[in-house]
Amino acid sequence: MTDTANGAPRTTPIQSATFSNPVNAEIRRAAATGIYDIRGGGAKRKVPHFDDLLFLGASISRYPLEGYREKCETKVTLGTRFAKNPIELDMPVTIAGMSFGALSGPAKEALGRGATLAGTSTTTGDGGMTNEERGHSNKLVYQYLPSRYGMNPDDLRRADAIEIVVGQGAKPGGGGMLLGQKISDRVAEMRNLPKGIDQRSACRHPDWTGPDDLEIKILELREITAWKVPIYIKIGGARPYFDTTLAVKAGADVVVLDGMQGGTAATQDVFIENVGQPILACIRESVRALQDLGMHREVQLVVSGGIRTGADVAKAMALGADAVAIGTAALIALGDNDPKWESEYNALGTTAGAYDDWHEGRDPAGITTQDPELMKRFDPVEGGRRLNNYLRVMTLEAQTIARACGKNHLHNLEREDLCALTMEAAAMAKIPLAGTDWYPGKPNTSY
Amino acid sequence: MQTLDMAEIALRDLNETLHAQAENTNQTAWEIVNPKGAHAIACGLDAPIEVTVKGHTGYYCGGMNKQATINIKGSAGPGVAENMMSGTVVIDGDASQYAGATGHGGLLVIKGNASSRCGISMKGIDIVVHGNIGHMSAFMAQSGNLVVCGDAGDALGDSLYEARLFVRGSVKSLGADCMEKEMRPEHLEILADLLEKAGADAKPEEFKRYGSARELYTFKIDNAY
Repeated sequence: MTDTANGAPRTTPIQSATFSNPVNAEIRRAAATGIYDIRGGGAKRKVPHFDDLLFLGASISRYPLEGYREKCETKVTLGTRFAKNPIELDMPVTIAGMSFGALSGPAKEALGRGATLAGTSTTTGDGGMTNEERGHSNKLVYQYLPSRYGMNPDDLRRADAIEIVVGQGAKPGGGGMLLGQKISDRVAEMRNLPKGIDQRSACRHPDWTGPDDLEIKILELREITAWKVPIYIKIGGARPYFDTTLAVKAGADVVVLDGMQGGTAATQDVFIENVGQPILACIRESVRALQDLGMHREVQLVVSGGIRTGADVAKAMALGADAVAIGTAALIALGDNDPKWESEYNALGTTAGAYDDWHEGRDPAGITTQDPELMKRFDPVEGGRRLNNYLRVMTLEAQTIARACGKNHLHNLEREDLCALTMEAAAMAKIPLAGTDWYPGKPNTSY
Repeated sequence: MQTLDMAEIALRDLNETLHAQAENTNQTAWEIVNPKGAHAIACGLDAPIEVTVKGHTGYYCGGMNKQATINIKGSAGPGVAENMMSGTVVIDGDASQYAGATGHGGLLVIKGNASSRCGISMKGIDIVVHGNIGHMSAFMAQSGNLVVCGDAGDALGDSLYEARLFVRGSVKSLGADCMEKEMRPEHLEILADLLEKAGADAKPEEFKRYGSARELYTFKIDNAY
């Protein structure tokens, strides 16, 4: 820095881009506490996303449909490969798995209520199935997780589908955490663990190890449920081509693909931000695997991780997905991170929109908590109404785009309807850069 | 005695027949012949019936069992009696990996040896092994009792919660957070009961008890391995 004793001007202080204030603060926090940061949610870093794609719409070369008038179907059927009773949904937007334990009982009930009003499915999570969730969910997908907390054959048989969770986008290769603050009597009993301890959910299944074993595990689940319900396999966005291929080989009816923006109840921040791929980079590879196997549309693909709007839904479907799942967005629709609790978020050292210490169980909105007093703030009937509204808006938005592209069913959206705004998005999704017919890596072309 | 011959009927028909048995069925005795290592035999049963499998079984025999008694007159493949809720599964021979994995209740008896990860993540099941068990057994075991009349392999009870482990022979090594614990009268009582139910010729006083040191129950830097 320039000496100013002689009155010469000083050099402007410059913050390091590498050692930024947030980075330095985290170094100081780590030095003070000796433990890594644990939080909820998905990747917060900016990554190529659906915002980097646009629809072309229609003009002379394509013929549009009249908005709000001409029919644009939204129904989707999941699990047509082997299950006697595939799941039929009114819209291709489903509610992703979130656990009772991570969420309060009323919050799970609200997810069931909202999904049922909208004609779609909701999903259990680590910790088992609650009666209020089953009772309020017309279509309920039962997650079969490595921990097997609360897992029992009665709940398996009363589910409408089974989702074998191999991984999730926030932490592919990692297990779950539920810290002691949220282990109430009821949560402890359902999970068969002492109250108040920090729980680990295993990162791999206890009774199978590879795709050949998984095939036999699926056989067992089908035998126990008399081949009635679809079997989904959920994978994180690690190696989507190979993982999708192996899931199909193992016998999945549906592949659920979750990108790094997908949320978790709690895990290490370093894991969330540094392991796994953005959903935009995963969809094309997963669809390519299905196409190479001749199973695209035979095995349905549900994608999740950062789905927020009907535009995201439409883009995911144009890239080849059959449906999407939402988690974080559903919680926000219920009231999570609502600015009306700003003063309380401030008291927790955060702000509305940034609150992610869900594992601490002090959620002012009463959603990601097991605290009886905080839970009273959340009305499951109102929450269900809000979620239904949001799901319907997303569907209307997706229909609006589909009609503009001349499609009478959301499933008819196609890659040809899209262009990419950035080189990164073009390369990941293999969608031509806007104004060109080229994307990086296009066969028989060069940079 | 009803006989189901797997040389003649498909697995689906076999399980469908057994699943159709109601609580008050009078067809309580079933025999399965020619299993030939098939997978998922007699899984998901939920009636007080007795099923005898005459031969070796593949993966997940007796998986998620409720109420039924299943006798395997041979050896069992991986995941036998996985996630059992109640009832009894008795294996005359040896059991492969993950025997009794995540079991919530009931009794699993292995008259031979059990391979690795026996009782992994068990949640209330009782397991009695007449012979030895392999490495990483009772990994993340939450509750229930694992009784081993022979020896235990490496890393017994790694990341254990509240399950009780009783071993008569040697333990090659203990896993993280597993420790030997005092054998108190109530434990001898539990052992005596389980040994009798399992038809094991061993005395409770010959066993050592292992359990969780409970040092990994909260996240802190000293717990990092």
